[in-house]
Amino acid sequence: MPSVMLKKNAEDKLVFYVPKKDLEEVAESIEFDSPDKWGGEVLLSDGSKYYFEPLDKQPDFPITLRAKRLDSGE
Amino acid sequence: MAALTREETEALIQEVLEVYPEQARKDRAKHLAVNDQSLEKSNKCITSNRKSQPGVMTIRGCAYAGSKGVVWGPIKDMIHISHGPVGCGQYSRAGRRNYYVGTTGINTFGTMNFTSDFQEKDIVFGGDKKLAKIMTEIEELFPLNKGISIQSECPIGLIGDDIEAVAKKANKEINKPVVPVRCEGFRGVSQSLGHHIANDAIRDWVLENRDGDESFATTPYDVAVIGDYNIGGDAWASRTLLEEMGLRVVAQWSGDGTIAEMEKTPKVKLNLIHCYRSMNYIARHMEEKYKIPWIEYNFFGPTKIAESLRKIAALFDETIQAGAEKVIAKYQAEYDAVIAKYKPRLQGKRVMLYVGGLRPRHVIGAYEDLGMEVVGTGYEFGHNDDYDRTIKEMGNATLIYDDVTGYEFEEFVKRVQPDLIGSGIKEKYIFQKMGIPFRQMHSWDYSGPYHGYDGFAIFARDMDMTLNNPCWKQVKVPWKKDESSNVAVAASA
Repeated sequence: MPSVMLKKNAEDKLVFYVPKKDLEEVAESIEFDSPDKWGGEVLLSDGSKYYFEPLDKQPDFPITLRAKRLDSGE
Repeated sequence: MAALTREETEALIQEVLEVYPEQARKDRAKHLAVNDQSLEKSNKCITSNRKSQPGVMTIRGCAYAGSKGVVWGPIKDMIHISHGPVGCGQYSRAGRRNYYVGTTGINTFGTMNFTSDFQEKDIVFGGDKKLAKIMTEIEELFPLNKGISIQSECPIGLIGDDIEAVAKKANKEINKPVVPVRCEGFRGVSQSLGHHIANDAIRDWVLENRDGDESFATTPYDVAVIGDYNIGGDAWASRTLLEEMGLRVVAQWSGDGTIAEMEKTPKVKLNLIHCYRSMNYIARHMEEKYKIPWIEYNFFGPTKIAESLRKIAALFDETIQAGAEKVIAKYQAEYDAVIAKYKPRLQGKRVMLYVGGLRPRHVIGAYEDLGMEVVGTGYEFGHNDDYDRTIKEMGNATLIYDDVTGYEFEEFVKRVQPDLIGSGIKEKYIFQKMGIPFRQMHSWDYSGPYHGYDGFAIFARDMDMTLNNPCWKQVKVPWKKDESSNVAVAASA
């Protein structure tokens, strides 16, 4: 359950940052990304997958959220 | 000597690894790589931020060095107590040349050493009482200090002293910020964790101090310079450029900085990060908590300076953008003259670097402006994100080495035969004795500043006077010189 710092980059894409792992990746896709629902499975550009408990509104980025690691992508 | 091809570089790495026992060889192999610009991510080719191998000569420091030596030490109006035995504080005193303005011992304390000088009885009975007493004494002797930080040395963590409790109590008594920092040297694999711990201490004990206090008048052009330690005056050379383009620099972290500046930083509009490795943590925190965006910039060499000034200006309105162009134009004649003078003397020279966590990639542009080529680089304590940023800066098939050992570095140098090496004081004399020009790139070999346009002129002069110094021709003993040079000597005699 890593703490993930999420922010939007200049291209309005979601950037994933896990301080302890020096992981800085752009999110390729997010399962739910609408104004009334956000979260679910997130696929990163290095192939790894994380899961966020769906929220019922868009979070105010940047924000730190807990994520579950689903697949390392190796 | 011609540049090595990819195959030759790979063969060189294998050859150097040969001498290690199997386990060490397997581990060290992950830290040495041949640069491949087509890679997006460094973790495909190099591993970093791992524990050094026992038995090799590493060049790294410790968490205390990262916190007291780098992040906290330069804050000039605070007193930083090196809490523990006397050596750590004394041997790290003033070595980094973080310049500051002020009267040392009266209102600034940068080059002084304050220590609790632990003795056996402090280890046995605990040092909390001593620490409390020290702080009362400091208040008496140096009443103009603006705060105290407690930089833990190894024993503090080992004997389990509660420095946080002492700090809280002292804070009430003296009514100034008292910051306990848990930067015991054994934490982490290098000084890098010390930077992180120091950043976290700033976050927890300093940054919130002026939340809700709106008395500080802000402007839309407020910025903070973060991660510039004013080595030889670097931050001053950077600050003038930012101010000339119309920005207001509210805070300098932490070279020539004060605690008041740090407390005001959450009020700025943009954080400018120079040393990404040591201060990105606090920038990310401020982005999340205070919604202050941050960008990395690079003030080494005119190409990168112009690039950075434009990048910074793009985040502001037209007046600042015009200001940036004006600054670049204003200094153009100056830096063109520097290039015209030194480029012919340095053109085509090859450089190998091995520095801390930022310069191995940041200074590449400055060398390229002088027509030089960086053929090998590496970090003492860089992380993956540093190498991500390095791959694009370096040429293809160049050497990259992480936490290089003394042996590996020497072997690489013997084979690559660079014209100049930029690294630290521990490497300096070895390579000079090998007859290779050397610059100490941690504190600019007692020179500086190297940042900004002013700094570039000094940088170019220093590289020239090192590289083209006639002494390098005298290093070889006469009977080992080749025939032709002997004849030349005889003819001139």
